[in-house]
Amino acid sequence: MLIALLTSLDKLKKGERGTIISLNEGEQALKFMEMGCTPGEEVVVDSIAPLGDPMAIIVSGYKLVLRRSEAALINIEKSL
Amino acid sequence: MKKKQARAGKPFKVALLGNPNSGKSTLFNALTGLNQHTGNYPGVTVDKITGEAILQDDKSGAPLTAYILDLPGTYSLYPKTLDEEVCYNVICDDKNPDCPDAAIIVADATNLRRSLFLATQVFDLGIPSVLVLNMIDFAKAKGLHIDEEKLSRSLGIPVLSTNARKKTGIEALKKILASGLRPPGKTLIDVKKFIEPALLDEVRLMFPSKTGYGLYQAVNNQTGISHFKTEPQKADKIKELIKSYHYEKHKVQTAMTIERYKFINDIVRDCVLVNEEEKRKSLSARIDRALTHRVWGYFIFLLILFLIFQSIFFIAPYPMKAIEFLFVKISEAGRNYLPPGELTSLLINGILAGLSGVVVFIPQIALLFAFIAILEDTGYMARVSFLMDKLMRPVGLNGRSVIPLMSGVACAVPAILGTRVIPGRKERLITILVTPFMSCSARLPVYTLLISLVIPATHTYGYFNLQGIALMALYLLGFIAAISVAAILKFFIRVKEKSYFVMEMPLYHLPKLSVIGVSIYQKVKVFLLEAGKIIVIISIILWFMASHSMPGVFSRIEKQYNNRDTVQKYTPAQLNAIVSSDKLKSSFAGKAGRVIEPVIKPLGFDWKIGIALITSFAAREVFVGTMGTLYSADSQDNTMSIRQKMAAATDPHTGKKEYTAATGISLMLFYAFAMQCMSTLAVVYHETKKLKWPIIQFAFMGALAWLASFVAYHIIK
Repeated sequence: MLIALLTSLDKLKKGERGTIISLNEGEQALKFMEMGCTPGEEVVVDSIAPLGDPMAIIVSGYKLVLRRSEAALINIEKSL
Repeated sequence: MKKKQARAGKPFKVALLGNPNSGKSTLFNALTGLNQHTGNYPGVTVDKITGEAILQDDKSGAPLTAYILDLPGTYSLYPKTLDEEVCYNVICDDKNPDCPDAAIIVADATNLRRSLFLATQVFDLGIPSVLVLNMIDFAKAKGLHIDEEKLSRSLGIPVLSTNARKKTGIEALKKILASGLRPPGKTLIDVKKFIEPALLDEVRLMFPSKTGYGLYQAVNNQTGISHFKTEPQKADKIKELIKSYHYEKHKVQTAMTIERYKFINDIVRDCVLVNEEEKRKSLSARIDRALTHRVWGYFIFLLILFLIFQSIFFIAPYPMKAIEFLFVKISEAGRNYLPPGELTSLLINGILAGLSGVVVFIPQIALLFAFIAILEDTGYMARVSFLMDKLMRPVGLNGRSVIPLMSGVACAVPAILGTRVIPGRKERLITILVTPFMSCSARLPVYTLLISLVIPATHTYGYFNLQGIALMALYLLGFIAAISVAAILKFFIRVKEKSYFVMEMPLYHLPKLSVIGVSIYQKVKVFLLEAGKIIVIISIILWFMASHSMPGVFSRIEKQYNNRDTVQKYTPAQLNAIVSSDKLKSSFAGKAGRVIEPVIKPLGFDWKIGIALITSFAAREVFVGTMGTLYSADSQDNTMSIRQKMAAATDPHTGKKEYTAATGISLMLFYAFAMQCMSTLAVVYHETKKLKWPIIQFAFMGALAWLASFVAYHIIK
């Protein structure tokens, strides 16, 4: 059951929320963590750009914009 | 540990640090007023903004000057981008001449957690600091109440809140600075938990003055770091140590980042009270629903662009005409009152003409910057980026390239100065290189003249004016060229910095007058001083070329026409025009036109067009005036008269018309693509800090112009 809830941030639709589990290692992961996307933080997809990319999420109390390719590096547990 | 605060005699240096959008520039403006200077950090294209704040020594009451260094906005000290590298080198290298005695860390109160990430890194380096909470009013609106005293106690440094816009708290901040800051009493993150103490001890031998966190930084970063540039053997030694201790850089950094956020979360939980009742749907979110809407979002963006251009083309001509009028009056006065001769000619036709060419740009630059600063300061620019990013990405640009690119329709100079808002170096460089393809307002007089010359004013399909279609096609061509060249350049440009798109979407703010004013002031100053120098020098060279020849040539021309026959045949004005025309033809510029003729002959241009191409380098619209002189038009301001002369011109050898459709269209294409604007080249040099880029730009634009004209000429002919 739980397995089905694990996904990456880019798969979330507008309004869906989840908790960050881990980030795929690398420079980019560090950049996200510095900007507040640390494991345990809750994220909500605020909106997706009209052309489908990039996406805006609310994390740590502010709005962060990232491309889908970047969001794919963030593993989350989707909240139902 | 850092030495204690420098006193009398030594300059007191304070660094201003903070996240982007934290209101750092507003605070800087409030502290320094217009006592600001823009310079460069050695070897990098990051602006170094410094200013002076006058404090009062708390003991003697004597004035004390603090030199404030406004560092680029960053989220962390870990150097991944050039901005962060600059911050790191200033803060972490105590041999750096800019290394501060104290730091002011600006925190966005609506975003305390993320602000504290950077702040605690600076504390852990042992730098005497003060934390300034900005945007307290926005935090209150979000239902956040921050206990400043508790926060100050938990961090071990002074904390105060300011509202830079209302200027509250600025005096208190100045008092704290003057009273002398002490290094933080404690270390917030213990690096020994993450790095083997033995490794730390070995590194400490190399950097005895660094704190534990400073040592960790030295272990983790060697490239681009200034203290390793001066002592490369230390970097080699550390690389050896990393190997022998099996130190894993990324793992340690990840663990420390998580630990730091844990620590910050504890503090924030303790010091920030969230009032759920006050936490209402913010105004920003509601505005965003309209401004990033799938239909309205683009519609509003286009409307804003439309309004910007309307106001630029509506307002700017008035001050521009006034400036031109002023320079004409000064020139007239000069001609009337100064003794005729070389020096007067240099002063009026060389220097004054060059200066007028520089000053006349100011209204456009100031206006465009007012708009760009408003879009940036309100937070709208980030939304444009969000809307447009996917469209711009395939050609190597990003969402932020849109506004500078579109500004190129007015003038490439402010457009290129405006590329500072583009975060990625590569995207910014590509935008700078392709913006001059956009049809700027200086091309318009050239197009108008040439279209009226070779395109018939007939209507196709009953409605559309063929001349209008030709003009529109030229604008479209400029845009297509910009986009296509960007797509090609994407594969050739290598930048040492990794590009991230991830960015903060700031809350909407009302634009702050001081930020807009300073932005206009800085850009106009850069243009006047940096570009102005080059433009005036080139104007003088062009003046010399157009008004001088081998000794005796000009006096022979004057003598040739100075006889009774010609004086009876022509009116004085006509005679004057003929003499000027002959002089220009035999001047050095005329000779240069003949020299380049073999190169431009395949495009259908003769040496006379060659002269105009050379003088156009001052500004494209000079083409019209030069043509007027060459064809001895009675009045150089009258396009109709120039057009008639040009239309009537025939080749003396073949008897055919000189300006056929083929030549005219070829010439228009040449003006559409060629880089014929020294102001733009000067600004490109200033913005890229390398001579290489304006040269490359000049070369590829010239090559494209030549090819397009060649193909068009031979197809139409």
